[in-house]
Parts: sequence; structure tokens; C-alpha cells
Amino acid sequence: MKQLKTGMVLRPARRAHGGVHVTYNKNTAELPAVRIPTPERVTIAMRQHIGAPCVPLVKRGDHVTVGQKIGDSDKFVCSPVHASISGTVVSIDDLEFPGGIRTQGVTIESDGEMTMCPDIQPPKINTYEDALKAARESGLVGLGGAGFPTHIKLDIRDKDVDTLIINAAECEPYITVDYRECIDNNRDILYGVHELKEIFGFRRIIIAAEDNKPLAFQALSDIADTHGSVSLMRLKSRYPQGAEKVLIYTVTGRKVPPGRLPADVGCVVMNVTSVGLFSRYLHTGKPLVSRSLTVDGDAITEPKNVRAPIGTRIRDIVDFCGGYKSTPYKLLMGGPMMGSALYTDDLPIIKNNNAILAFAHDPSKIKKTRACIRCGRCVQACPMNLMPTKIENLTQTGDAAALRACGADICMECGSCAYACPSGRPLVQSMRLAKNIIREAGARNE
Amino acid sequence: MSDSTVKNQTPDAPVKERRRLLTVTSSPHLRSPETTTGIMLDVIIALSPSLIAAICVFGWRTLLVTCVTVATCVVSEYLSRKIMRRDNTISDLSAVVTGILLAFNLPVTIPLWMAAIGSVVAIVVVKQFFGGIGCNFINPALVGRIVLMMSFPTAMSSWAVPLAWRSGSAVTAATPMAQLSSVLDAGVSAQSLNAAGLPSLTEMLLGVRGGSLGEVCALTLILGGLYLIIRRVISPAIPLCYIGTVAVIMLIAGKGNFTFMAYELLGGGLLLGAIFMATDYTTSPLTFKGKIIYAVGCGLVTALIRLFGNMPEGVSFSIILMNILVPHIEKLTAPRPFGRRREKRIRQKKNEEAAEHA
Repeated sequence: MKQLKTGMVLRPARRAHGGVHVTYNKNTAELPAVRIPTPERVTIAMRQHIGAPCVPLVKRGDHVTVGQKIGDSDKFVCSPVHASISGTVVSIDDLEFPGGIRTQGVTIESDGEMTMCPDIQPPKINTYEDALKAARESGLVGLGGAGFPTHIKLDIRDKDVDTLIINAAECEPYITVDYRECIDNNRDILYGVHELKEIFGFRRIIIAAEDNKPLAFQALSDIADTHGSVSLMRLKSRYPQGAEKVLIYTVTGRKVPPGRLPADVGCVVMNVTSVGLFSRYLHTGKPLVSRSLTVDGDAITEPKNVRAPIGTRIRDIVDFCGGYKSTPYKLLMGGPMMGSALYTDDLPIIKNNNAILAFAHDPSKIKKTRACIRCGRCVQACPMNLMPTKIENLTQTGDAAALRACGADICMECGSCAYACPSGRPLVQSMRLAKNIIREAGARNE
Repeated sequence: MSDSTVKNQTPDAPVKERRRLLTVTSSPHLRSPETTTGIMLDVIIALSPSLIAAICVFGWRTLLVTCVTVATCVVSEYLSRKIMRRDNTISDLSAVVTGILLAFNLPVTIPLWMAAIGSVVAIVVVKQFFGGIGCNFINPALVGRIVLMMSFPTAMSSWAVPLAWRSGSAVTAATPMAQLSSVLDAGVSAQSLNAAGLPSLTEMLLGVRGGSLGEVCALTLILGGLYLIIRRVISPAIPLCYIGTVAVIMLIAGKGNFTFMAYELLGGGLLLGAIFMATDYTTSPLTFKGKIIYAVGCGLVTALIRLFGNMPEGVSFSIILMNILVPHIEKLTAPRPFGRRREKRIRQKKNEEAAEHA
């Protein structure tokens, strides 16, 4: 691996307000993703993205092949889903995800063959529309966690967008899949960056990662070499560095106003793994049917990065990692700062699921909830410049106008305030409550 | 949920027969190791060098007074929570901090029952009547001191001679603040400073001077302040702006006499107030800008009382006055949410739109 040339790695334009220092616990950083054996059955959720749910295109008893589209919708904000293994559709029933999200799930029983869908071929891209169609057909959504359909994000025809930021910050503790993607699939990223630049005409592309990932910088240095307008940026390791608005601000110095999209300030942010996947899709035509996840936590026997077909049950993945070392108390989908706790390991993984963490204890119960002492740590920690303690007090009164004035609707629930609070206040819950109060008041007024 | 049940279950088993459900809580699932108790403990650690210094200067009665205030504070917090049928909060150690701070604001000769009354006022009236920790709008220890000062002016203004406890003599001394106001009356100059019979600046630093228990030794107070800043318990904004404002005004009032300014900074309760009392979380603004306005205000009022008031000392009153203004300061300095435009510009735009419509 050659040394990095100076000047190739940019420095951040701004330093974002707030954030917290969390222990990163990137235990699986040295472990490339291992493919798990084809599971006996998978359950493909019809809603794995922000937007309208898909409608199943198959029925019970149908035979499906890998990469075959099994769910789609005519709605604009939607991303199709594909079969991740070959086999027979055994049932279509309801699934319940954390947060009370109910959606249909298509369960496929494997035939053990993993036959590829015969229709799979690299997309032909001549026009902008072709590229957007390809992005849609790939089933790609923001793989960093939000799950926003990529084809909508990339639809920047009538917007003045000049910068593509590729997010490799990965500021959530434990998770190392983006890091491994940078190292193990750097060629795919290189190709993807090139393609995105060609098709969408970004004037500059910045790949941003935190400064605790020197190997990722080395692996990606080829990209910065080949294209003058593609550069790397070293960010300070601080949670939530990879949050979209924070990232845009640190990288470009632009602030996305409340209720607006990154494209409104001339930026598009894509997760590094999404770029890798898009590039593979352009090469092979194989849509998003499997993804890497970090499996970690003190209740997992062998923490590792695994590559699993979408829809694999969490239990199967945990079993592949040696099962539970001790009785799990809490099971998380996603990182410990923003991920959701699951009530069972019987749920399938979805596209934007970048980690499975199992803890034998409750890592959030290390302190008693006490009264707010107004120490101001939450105000210092908030990357959105809010006053969480004031918002918490206002939720008691239910004053929607005052909450809106405080900017409660801007909160992205990164959890920095609750992390920093010495009194263990449930600040994120208060933020959600505040947003709900604002939403309800808005609905009443209409 | 045990390992065996995990493996034995088939996905088709009816829902109610499945194993126990896992715990679901809201994110974030990590919390920082900092706790309220830890913060209060840090404050106690930061105050302890000053306590030791006070014992050296004023003798073992210092410890007795401190123990009485701390014990009364803790007991009255415990009882008032109990009577009000609320969760007990003595384990957060904030009552201990209030007790120590109140003791630091009393003369060593104070009758113990008076110290106890001050503690009860601080904890019950100022803190618990308003809802307990985090809800009081003024500093409890300072109110305790002021109530005692108003009720027992003689006991609260008889100052023991420093180090006199060793010889057993019980004469009372003038405080540097009283001596400094005579300097002010005579007009600040090198001669008037010499004539006032002030202790030397080294003595002021080491605490060999008359005054309240905790305020005398500047060195240990600064040490405690540095500890709190390094441990990130307090932001340096408040102490620096407070002391800085007093320094600037005193320099002007003393016509550029640095010795006079140094006596003003080291004398009285300025350091104790600026480092430990004005930085009280509950009664100071949350925002950085607010902290600066608040601290400058404290400095201004302190200097005005010292220069023009009929009391030699003004730290307690200045902090309490600014405490009352905290909600307003906070309202004025509320941070602008990320990406939101300035009110002025929004108003401007609205006006422009209105003009267009017309």
C-alpha cells in the first residue's frame, strides 16, 4: 500500500457544533465480511425504505430466483424489493418492526440452489432517465441507516447540485461495515465514483471518513489519484459526524435549512456502501439482495462482520456467529446510539440494517434518572443547536407554537443529549413527543 | 430466554408459545459515565483544599461550623422530601455542596445555631419550596448567608484575626474589604494603600487575613477552580468574565493602580463567588452567550456595590440579582436552531412579501 500524498486529503471546512465523545468499540474492524450459508428461509419485508410500501408481485407457491423483483409499487417514493434466495414462496403475512411499523413480508423457502434470475443483465445507460431508472431497479436505498430511496436522492435534474459527499464517517459505535467496504471493495467504490460523476455531472466528489480510519484512507487513495475533482476528507472522530446535515456542514460549510433537502444547498450525500453497491449493479445488473452487517455486543460468542441475504432472520445470523454467549437482555438493530431495540430475534434483516448488537446487560441503565440540574451538557452536545432540556420542559405544557419556536422539529434524534445528560433524563423520548405535539397541532390547523 | 429455547423454537410456533420477549427501550442505548452525584463529588473535591486552608487559618472551629451546616442541610433536605412525599435526593450530594458553600460564607465565630438556621433557610425555603434540585431560581447558600446577615448583623460581621486561634486570643479584625473602602474614601494612591494597614498581597493569596471561612485563601480557590475546569464541570466563561469585569472596573476606579486592583480581586468573596457560586448550574444560564452576559453583569454589580454602596462587599447580592435575571438572559440568548434563518431576515422577507402583495 503506498503512502498518501499530502494535499490529497482535505481538511473539513467547518467544525460542527456539539456532538459527544463515545467509546467506539470497533471490535470487528479487522474482520472482512464473511458470507453466511444460504438460510433455509428468508422473509422479505415489503417496506424497507422511507416511503410507500411495496405490493407483493408473487403469490404463495410461486417459484422465485435470486434477484427477481417480488415487490414494487407505482408510488414515486418507493424502492422495489427483490428475492434474495431462490426457492418457493411459502407465505405472505404481516411483520411488525420496531416503532410499530407493520408491513407485509414474503417468506421464501430455499431450494438450496441460489439460481440467479435469468433477466439479470447490466443496465444500459444512455440518458439521465436511464440512470435514475437503473438506480430504482437496483432497489438501492440509503444503506447508512435512513433508508431513503437512492433514485429520489439522485434526481437532481432541476436543482443546482455541485457536490457529492460520500459518507464513510461511520460514527456509530461498534459498526464497521462501511470501513470494511472501503478496504475490501475499494475498486467498486472507485468505479462507482467514476460512474456517478459521469452520469450526474457532479463537479466535485468528496469521500469523508473519520480520522480513526487510516486504513480506509489508504485503500481509497487510488480514487483521489485518478480524478482531480475527487478527494478524501479527514473528519474529526466525534459522534454524530456522519449525520447528513452535520456532514454537509463540516464538508462544505453549508447549512441545510429545516424542512429542506441536501440538494437545496447543492449537495447529495451517499453512503459509501451504497456507492459500492450501485457500481456493482451497473456492472452486473444484480440488485440489492444481500448486505454486510456487523454482529457484535457482549452477548455474541464470536463478533464478526457477515454478509447475509436480505430477509435472513436475525436468529440465523446470530447462530452463524456462534449463538448467544449469555442470555441477551437487549437486541439492537443498528448502532447503539440510533438503532432500535427489538423484542425478538425472529425478525428478518432489511436493506438499511447495518448492525445486529446483542447485550447481556442494559448499557443505557448505568445511571438513575434524576431531576434536571440545568448543567447545559445537552445544549452543548446538540448538533442541531437546540436546547433539549427546555424542549423537555415545554412538552409538559404541550405548547406546540413554543416547541416549534425552539426548533424541536429539527431534532434528528441522534441521542447526543441523552448520552451526555448526567441525570439520565429521557431526552430523546421528549424530543419525539415534542415532534408529535407539533405534528398534531399542524394537523388540527389544517 | 435461554440458549436451548432459542434453538428449539420453530418459526411456525404460535406467537404466545414463543420465548420471552426482549427488553425494548428508546435509543440511545449508551449513556456517558457522568452522573449528578459525580459532578457534586467533583465540586466537593474542588472545595476541600479551601476547607483545609480555612482550618489552618481559623482553627478547628472551621470544621465544626462546616459539619453543622452540612449536617443541617442534609437532614433538612431529607425531612422536607419526606414530608412532601417525594423521592429522596440526598444521595445526589447537592445538599452537601450547599452546606459547605454556606459554611464558607460565614465567619468562624458564628454561633452554631445561627449556622443551622442559615442551612434550613437555604435548603427548605430556597431549594425545596421551589421543587428541589434544579428548580431553585437563586443560589440557596447565598440566600442562607444573606438571611443571616440581615438577621444577625453583629455575629455575621465579627471577624477573627487570622492564625490567632493558635495563641488562644479572641480579638476581632477588620476585613480587607472594609480597609479597602477606607482607601477608596481617601482616594486610591500608594500612600492610602499603605496607611490602610492591609495584609500583604502574599498574605492575601495564602489566606492570612480576616474574612469568611472559605473566601480567605485565594490560592486554594483558584486551584479548585482549575480542577473543575479541567474536569469540565464548569466552563471557564463565568469565572473569567466575572473576575475580568471587576478587574477592569477597579483598574479604572483606582486610576490605573494595579495593587489596588489586586487587593480588590483577592479580597472579599470574589473568587469564591466567581468560581463556586456564580457557576451553579441551576441558577446560571444554559447558553454560552448567556453565561458571558450573566458573568459580566455579576462583575458590574459587584464593582458598583463595592465602589458606591454602603456595604464593603457585594458579591452575594450581585450573584443573586443576576440569578433572578437568568430566565430573561436565556430567552435573549437562545441558540438559533441549525439552518434556521435569523428572525430579522424572516421578518424582512415577510415585509417584502407583504409589500409585493400590496
